[in-house]
Amino acid sequence: MVARTRYAPDRGLTVRMGLTMFLLGLVFVAFVAAIIGISAAVHASDGAIVFFAVVLGGGLAIGSFFYSDKIALSTAGAQLVTPQQAPELHGIVDRICALADMPKPRIAISPTDLPNAFATGRNSEHAVLCVTRGLMRRLTPEELEGVIAHEMSHVAHKDVMVMTVASFLAIIAGLLIRFSFYGELFGGGGRRGGNNNNQSALPILLIIMAVSIVVYAISFLLIRLLSRYRELAADRSGALLTGQPSALASALTKVSGSIARIPTKDLREAAPLNAFFFAPALSAQQAQSKLGELFSTHPSMEKRLAQLAKISQQLGQH
Amino acid sequence: MGFLDTLLGRTKPVQPNLDVLFQLPSAAVTLEAATGFTPTGTGSVCFRPVEGRAFADVEKDVRELLDMSGAKSGTLPVEVTKDSYGFTWLVSSHMSTEVEDLVTDLHAVNSALVDNGFGPQLLCTLVAFRDEQQRRLALVYLFKRGTFYPFAPLPGERRDSGLELQIKGVLEGDLKMEQDLSRWFPVWGAPGL
Repeated sequence: MVARTRYAPDRGLTVRMGLTMFLLGLVFVAFVAAIIGISAAVHASDGAIVFFAVVLGGGLAIGSFFYSDKIALSTAGAQLVTPQQAPELHGIVDRICALADMPKPRIAISPTDLPNAFATGRNSEHAVLCVTRGLMRRLTPEELEGVIAHEMSHVAHKDVMVMTVASFLAIIAGLLIRFSFYGELFGGGGRRGGNNNNQSALPILLIIMAVSIVVYAISFLLIRLLSRYRELAADRSGALLTGQPSALASALTKVSGSIARIPTKDLREAAPLNAFFFAPALSAQQAQSKLGELFSTHPSMEKRLAQLAKISQQLGQH
Repeated sequence: MGFLDTLLGRTKPVQPNLDVLFQLPSAAVTLEAATGFTPTGTGSVCFRPVEGRAFADVEKDVRELLDMSGAKSGTLPVEVTKDSYGFTWLVSSHMSTEVEDLVTDLHAVNSALVDNGFGPQLLCTLVAFRDEQQRRLALVYLFKRGTFYPFAPLPGERRDSGLELQIKGVLEGDLKMEQDLSRWFPVWGAPGL
């Protein structure tokens, strides 16, 4: 007998996420084609700019991919903890890993009072789960479990890898903008004096810059969109894993409610880590407008709560 | 998890593997012969309850089922406890010689949950042992991996790792033991241990 399943995937979310990635891929291909087209029309010095951008961008992406756990831990000022130091937290993670059949991540605690959590590391074997003291202080064990299940879903979905690959394009476009800008300032002027062949150098750098700016803007928005979908997917998997969507929902309201009351200095310090956080530190101010949502790494509170309510309803059905 | 699932951020809930439980009675014989540990007749199933009516009803049915079989054979009723992590433990107590009956009970709980679509909620099943010096030992079955591991608690939240490794060696031929030691998570204060 085939047991019935209560854990059907959300097709709508899958389709939207797939479409976003397809568009990102499309932008990437168009970008590469444009750069190749431009480079073919020019001499080596401008081609070198593109080459350096790709090498440096690739290096940055690979570096952040392999050291994501160390970078995130030191940015958050977090310390790894042993089961003896944090038995409660380890107990929760042990159980979630056994339920999901995942290897156990290393666990760290960040001393900050900002209530948040993140998981990072390039794969399940190198994953680090970090929660802040503020989170542990504010949440009940059930809510904490919900947050940890959400973070472990990010690990299971290999979100660090997906987002690194997705951001690769934006990194290169960003570098090209910068390089061609400096090329314009320092390179262009010197060359124009000596060699009349170089008359074309200026517009071509401008074209590279313009293309890069467009690509950067589009891919930035697409990456943010993808990030929001991955958050919804992690909420969903986390809620199904613990079977307690309402505990996760209540954790969400508590976390974002208290974030709004915390002084802004801490918020700005936390901003670079936002993409990996459970709830972004700036959400309270940003989420007011539709435009703010477009730039946000996390879906709005209403969307997340609505999804969790739907899951709760599905789970309760006979 | 497949490549596409990674790309699309999906996880399939892991389904448990139940039939391995029936290898426990013969493993208990091996264990007694090699180390002197005998079953106490107590075993428990641990699972994560799901919010809402559907799961509550299934849980109630399971308890009634076990109570009925208990009343027939004249054993103690099933004990239900909730631990501090929010997990539910159903404890079934039999005579120490009735390992088969115990395993049948445990299996009934598991299959009731699986049949109603709640298989992914199962965490572990635990069968308790004791030796003449009253040392405590549990064989823990991890549903999602289909493997067993020994858990020997000492007073003060410490584990007797030496004993655990010895037991793993003894039972290697009878049961599929968990080879990845990082999966041997402690179940402090597990009911029935």
